[in-house]
Amino acid sequence: MAKKRIVSTTINGTQKDFLCEPRQTLLEVLRDSLDMTGTKEGCSNGNCGACTVHLDGRPVVSCLVLAVEADGATVETIEGVACNGQLHPLQDSFLNNAALQCGICTPGFIMQAKSLLAENPNPSEHDIRFYLAGNLCRCTGYDKIVRAVQDAAGKMSGCCSEAKV
Amino acid sequence: MAEERKFGWGPRKDNVLIGKSIQRIDGFEKVSGKAQYTADINTPGTLYAKLLTCTHAHAKLKKLDVEPAKKIPGVRAVYIFPAGDLKAEGAGEIFWDGTLIAAVAADRPEIAEDGVKAIIAEYEVLDHIVDEEDLKAAEAKGATKAVGKNAKGKVEDALKTAKHVHKGYYGVHTISHMCLEPHGTHCEWKADEVLDIHASTQNVSGLAGQFAGPLGIDAAKVLVTANFEGGGFGSKFAADEWGIAAAKMAKETGKPVKLMLDRATELKAAGTRPSGYIDVTLGADETGKIVAWDSHHWGSGGISGGSIPVGGIPYVFDFENRSRTATQLNCNVGPTRAWRAPPHPQLCILTHCAIDDLAMKMGKDSYDVFLTNLEQTAGTAAHLPETYKAEMEIAAKLIGWKEKWHPHGKDAGKGAVKRGLGMALHTWGGGAGGCACNVKIHADGSVESFVGSQDIGTGTRTVIAITLAETFGLPLTAIKVNLGSNQYPASAASGGSITVGGVSGAHRRAAQTALWKIFDLVAAKYKVDAGTLAAKEGSIVSGDKKVCTWKQASMLLGPMGLETKGEGPAEDGLTSSRVGGVQMADVSVDSETGIVRINKYVAVQDCGLIIDELTAKSQIYGAVIMGIAYALSEERVMDKKTGRYINADLQNYKLPRIGDIGEIVVNIYQPDSEYSRGVIGLGEPPVISPGAAISNAVANALGVRVPVVPLTPQRVLAALSKSKGGAA
Repeated sequence: MAKKRIVSTTINGTQKDFLCEPRQTLLEVLRDSLDMTGTKEGCSNGNCGACTVHLDGRPVVSCLVLAVEADGATVETIEGVACNGQLHPLQDSFLNNAALQCGICTPGFIMQAKSLLAENPNPSEHDIRFYLAGNLCRCTGYDKIVRAVQDAAGKMSGCCSEAKV
Repeated sequence: MAEERKFGWGPRKDNVLIGKSIQRIDGFEKVSGKAQYTADINTPGTLYAKLLTCTHAHAKLKKLDVEPAKKIPGVRAVYIFPAGDLKAEGAGEIFWDGTLIAAVAADRPEIAEDGVKAIIAEYEVLDHIVDEEDLKAAEAKGATKAVGKNAKGKVEDALKTAKHVHKGYYGVHTISHMCLEPHGTHCEWKADEVLDIHASTQNVSGLAGQFAGPLGIDAAKVLVTANFEGGGFGSKFAADEWGIAAAKMAKETGKPVKLMLDRATELKAAGTRPSGYIDVTLGADETGKIVAWDSHHWGSGGISGGSIPVGGIPYVFDFENRSRTATQLNCNVGPTRAWRAPPHPQLCILTHCAIDDLAMKMGKDSYDVFLTNLEQTAGTAAHLPETYKAEMEIAAKLIGWKEKWHPHGKDAGKGAVKRGLGMALHTWGGGAGGCACNVKIHADGSVESFVGSQDIGTGTRTVIAITLAETFGLPLTAIKVNLGSNQYPASAASGGSITVGGVSGAHRRAAQTALWKIFDLVAAKYKVDAGTLAAKEGSIVSGDKKVCTWKQASMLLGPMGLETKGEGPAEDGLTSSRVGGVQMADVSVDSETGIVRINKYVAVQDCGLIIDELTAKSQIYGAVIMGIAYALSEERVMDKKTGRYINADLQNYKLPRIGDIGEIVVNIYQPDSEYSRGVIGLGEPPVISPGAAISNAVANALGVRVPVVPLTPQRVLAALSKSKGGAA
């Protein structure tokens, strides 16, 4: 068993230090060590997007990121998207547009979509479908997810601070 | 007044919530990451379990040494499954890739994986058969079994005198359930030998006994919880041997054990939908009425059965002269489980593709041929011909059938991309399942429900809340729904579209019973006629006059409040069964690459009284996506040489992504005649037609049938090549 490493990171705006083995993934540490289970595990090999988080502002599938890679980095997870119980416009739009059923894929979709809107506040339908192609949903119907992202983009346009988050 | 009090739904026009589009009440938890699924349970000291499976299709286990695993620091327990127990009588022979051999529980998941890798398993590889389509090869190996044969009328004579006769071959390959949340449990033993289980299950009330038997404990000592679940589709009714393994390792170690299937094992071992193939001859008279059907279908449900039975063919329709035969192939492939509307999707493909090809042969519009034969669906249910006719008209308008339809293979476009239309019909029961619930009205007016049902993503919580809120004239926020525990009154497993009828009927009965008691108390207190009272907008009213607030009425119940029980199903009109449904596809097929794209897909569905139109439509959208998946890309690929399931991962198990789906139009057929039928389940029916509808659209585009679903580019090109005299 390899020696454990200390990782210092900022998760959802809060400084977090944790011990992990070099082979542990960021997903595993988030879920099992830090009890942040909002990030879901779908496939463990980067093909479903359920475990998407932001690492230094970029969307990553956390099952393919080693926890030690988060050292010195900022991490944002689904738990950090709503603020003081106030849902982010994307979360609100997923609810309003019924863009979820079982909900396992939902955190990953929201994290990926949030990244899209930060990069491109007014995405076309094609842009949305292209950017979210790495996220898999088994039961909702993708159409509603597209509508939810479009709806959120509409709500967020004109609100620069939201568009940049 | 009591004799006038009958259970029932209110007039449709008076509904405030029922039938409207309402957000699911557990949506906040799901979009914020707060919803806790089984995989999210991490009680202190939880051990993580991983599985060793056999990777041979047919083998004899010669040696299994788990001692090396036990020596790894951090490994706490090793469990040997029955298939790996060489001491058991008749043990050692493995029949399919993915068979569970052993489980290792450890402090960390990666340590458990180290343990699995350290186990020494030696096999003698035996001959196998995994080709479910090749009937002759299976017969040569003695791997077939007659499932049944029956006939009526004079098939041979009818085929001889038929004006048009078509002979065809069709098929649909096996798929896996592929729940995004894998199967699994978290097991923890508490004081007094109580086993506390969190399970990803469709069967909260039915699991305790399944655990209790193998563990040798009383079912009363098994607690089952499932607050949220990431899909089941018919595959999550059982404790499963991995659940028993987790419980036993938890017992052995004195620590909680979580065992969630890895993705490969989920795909291989946790449920598949059986394949189906058919040779069929059918004939029609000059009007297009089908007068004869003669078929032989086969497929495999694994080594021990579970293939498509002889009944159900032809699907929805039945013809005066009909003969059908079924054969089962005993292949070395993983076992089947109920997959959403079993086995209707396969039956629909095997039947409606043949009808569409008959239309092609007659040179007729497929719509007209289906329409001509609708009367022959009356044997399934008397009302279906009329329902189908109305739904076909709606669907045709929505997709532009009359404007876009062309004879098969006659797309006027000159390029390589050809466009076509196809359709199919389906039916399902969807009657209410057994359900008991308690509804409690507290003295402060707050309302709670307790029911041992589960919300597998379909919106069960929301349906219950709407039912109670509508009955009591309260906002949704006034209702607290407690479900997902076997400590609540027992409710049937969620499968076969029986849940919405089960829970809405039982809750309406409990709520009306409670309301009548409250009306009596209000009548006595305020000197009004109880028969004139109604609950509206947070008040009890008599006609246009407000008598008191809901809270004031609730205070009359005293400090203990009121608890009423609801049960069902019952023959009181709150629920019923048997729906139709029509779907149409508009596709483009690239005849050079074989790629099929959905331009537009229309689903028209009846389902009686709608509780929540938003979640109802979600069910239909989701079903259509699953249908497009198995129609175009999704299949279990078995390697004939090694006998292995070679695409058991989400890179190679091809499911559509968000960019692969065209426009989907959902229309719920809900005239007042449907409302008066009461609540009928919806989960299964809309997933039935897509395979046939899309296959028929591709046939219309190309003028060539791609006989086996999914319609991968390879199969499309092979069918085109064969039609031109090339190799298939």
